Amino acid sequence: MHKEFLMGNAAIARGAIAAGLRVICGYPGTPSTEVLETTAKNNDGSIYVEWSVNEKAAMELGAGAAYCGARTMVTMKQVGLNVASDPLMSLEYIGVKGGMVIMVADDPGPISSQTEQDTRHFAAFSKLPCFDPSSVQEAYDMIQEAFEYSEKYGTPVFFRPTTRVCHGYASIEVKDKEDFAVCQPEGFVRDPSKWVIFPRLSYNAHMHIEKRNAELSDVFSGYSRNIVTPAQNKDCRKGIASHGISYTYVQEALEGKDAPAVFKVSTPFPFPEMAAVKFLTGLDEVLCIEELDPVIERELTYVCGKYHLPVRIYGKLTGHVKTAGENTCDSVAANIADFMGWEKPETAEPENVPELPVRPPVLCAGCPHRASFYAVKMAMKGKKSVFCGDIGCYTLGNAMPLDMVDTCLCMGAGVNITQGIGKIEPDTNCFAFVGDSTFFASAITGAVNAVYNQADMTLVILDNSTTAMTGHQPHPGTGMTMMGQVVDKVNIEAVLRGIGLKTVETVNPLELDKAIDTVKRVSAEKGVKAIIFKSPCAVLIKPEKPVTIDPDKCIQCRKCINSLGCPGIIIEDGKVAIDHALCTGCKLCTQVCPVNAIGGECNE
Amino acid sequence: MNKNILLCGVGGQGIVLTSKLTASCAMAKGLDVMSAETIGMAQKGGSVFSFLRLGEGIHSPMFGQKQADILIAFEPAEAVRMLPYLKDGGCAVVNMHPIKPVTASLKGSDYNGDEMIKYIAENVFETYFVDGDAMCRELGSPRVLNMVMLGQALRTGYLPFTVDDAVEAMKKTVKPQFAKLNEVALRYSAG
Repeated sequence: MHKEFLMGNAAIARGAIAAGLRVICGYPGTPSTEVLETTAKNNDGSIYVEWSVNEKAAMELGAGAAYCGARTMVTMKQVGLNVASDPLMSLEYIGVKGGMVIMVADDPGPISSQTEQDTRHFAAFSKLPCFDPSSVQEAYDMIQEAFEYSEKYGTPVFFRPTTRVCHGYASIEVKDKEDFAVCQPEGFVRDPSKWVIFPRLSYNAHMHIEKRNAELSDVFSGYSRNIVTPAQNKDCRKGIASHGISYTYVQEALEGKDAPAVFKVSTPFPFPEMAAVKFLTGLDEVLCIEELDPVIERELTYVCGKYHLPVRIYGKLTGHVKTAGENTCDSVAANIADFMGWEKPETAEPENVPELPVRPPVLCAGCPHRASFYAVKMAMKGKKSVFCGDIGCYTLGNAMPLDMVDTCLCMGAGVNITQGIGKIEPDTNCFAFVGDSTFFASAITGAVNAVYNQADMTLVILDNSTTAMTGHQPHPGTGMTMMGQVVDKVNIEAVLRGIGLKTVETVNPLELDKAIDTVKRVSAEKGVKAIIFKSPCAVLIKPEKPVTIDPDKCIQCRKCINSLGCPGIIIEDGKVAIDHALCTGCKLCTQVCPVNAIGGECNE
Repeated sequence: MNKNILLCGVGGQGIVLTSKLTASCAMAKGLDVMSAETIGMAQKGGSVFSFLRLGEGIHSPMFGQKQADILIAFEPAEAVRMLPYLKDGGCAVVNMHPIKPVTASLKGSDYNGDEMIKYIAENVFETYFVDGDAMCRELGSPRVLNMVMLGQALRTGYLPFTVDDAVEAMKKTVKPQFAKLNEVALRYSAG
């Protein structure tokens, strides 16, 4: 053992490697991404690492590897689990041979997600055991135990950290290499009665799963991470139940206090019922402090009914804890003070604070998406149109002044939402914007649907040759894999032509006039047609020289600022200026300026 | 000896690296460390913070309001945003150079940091204002702001390690070609 300072996601990866991991696959998504990336960085060559095209592909690949006896991990964020749920729901009936951990990162807040869905529910729904770590050290240790339980019981298991565990850092004890487990997969053993799902098999499997989960509830009641701590004062008849990062906030709040009984739930499913009975017995009132859904609160309420325990259970369902958003040290301390009848902890109540500048996330200076949105906006000026967006950096095209995202739902949804709007409003120019990685992940089927069903729309592919939003992961169009191979790129234009689109034009959005003309021309055609705006992510290329503003020419009309909203264009002493630290020299503003006052070397 | 440290600023200022450096200094001193910070969208000009906790018996990587021993702010408005976390009697090290958000240009707002600096001066018990811009100019690179800020924080005596410890940790953290410049900046700033 030795100490290292690790991010939670790195600890999960390192723990999995110590458990003999052989295959890891997934799709990038905050806050889960660094698990797979850390594994790739620490790969001694014995692990197959893959960014899959989407979570469903990853889940299926992981299943195949686990059928062979390999220890396998599949990583994704909570909304990615929705994409992977089809194979997962059936996989639980089939089971696995090698340990298979499905690492799903939940995002209370939400900080960078569409939903506040709770994977602990998904565990109960899909009947998979679920592990919920509360610290970086625990994540490192628990992931190894998760592999053991998975293999012992022949089932995939969930490992469900939340953002503050994933992205928290701590100095933790990690194993030395000689203490790592070694996994030697047996290989695929043909047995159609085991690996081929049929109603008969499913019936038997269902019987087995329910029996096993009842047994696991007992096993988990003795699991060392489901902890019942008695009250410090034996006359105290109150208790607090918690989990995950919130448990550490509870610990902080109880530091130095006359603490009530505490129940830490590390396996929300199957719920450790007997441990809960032990905790509840002798108590009058219990406060449940949870993030996302009131899973523990419902379970404890159920246990009280089942075992006739006269305990009142409080939490989100009773209005004692807020129902949405993140918990904090302060919110938990306040909840506990209310519950215990303690004096409220002191909080800051600043007065006369000057108005703080808001810093909403914006497209970077030089981002080619800005040019793409602006080109479409100019081409459609005065025309009735709708702009359906999608998931990625380009969702930020919604911000003023671009204001070019009318809808955004989930990965790849924009294509068919556009189709639906077009069916009801046929006089509208319908546009769907989708990034290259999202196109591969889940917009191709949508495009097939649109072509087959005679949609009238323009599909705009924003191809910046990377998965930018989550930190620049490679994808099928980049020609790189996580195993370091250089491979043939999957060509988006060829894919679209293969689907049956007659018009597919590729244009550099930073050549503004050409881009606007292309949009006007292509969108006027009937049927489904596509424009590929191709220009690399500004973060990945060496910037050009910053542009300069000619003070004699500039008329201070601020058209550059008011139409583009580029962070590289600022107001200095009341005048338009270029922030040389940010400007990448993309020259979009040069093309927008009505008096040719902005230029690069041409201006000097 | 437990310490709660809060670093804040705007994406791209090097706050996360400074946090890592501070953590490794503490670890080299045998202290346990936990930290939590904003990741992701922050790179796009958003507010960035990093909670850092050194010492024993710490459970959570975050702490509550009025618990930071020292606030190291790379930007004046971000300092004000995070002030509720500073202890009464705590110490603030604040870079005076404001960073305007893109929305400021759009709205024609003239945010320049002055109001923030005044507010901090009136409301914080012990404040060290830093002309980070000028110091970076003297050192010849805008990229050493994080070293300048760490150096200034070391001057306060609130951090449980020396500039030599910080230089040692920095050499292990940054790319070798940047080590010399960073060392000069750290030592110059820490005085």
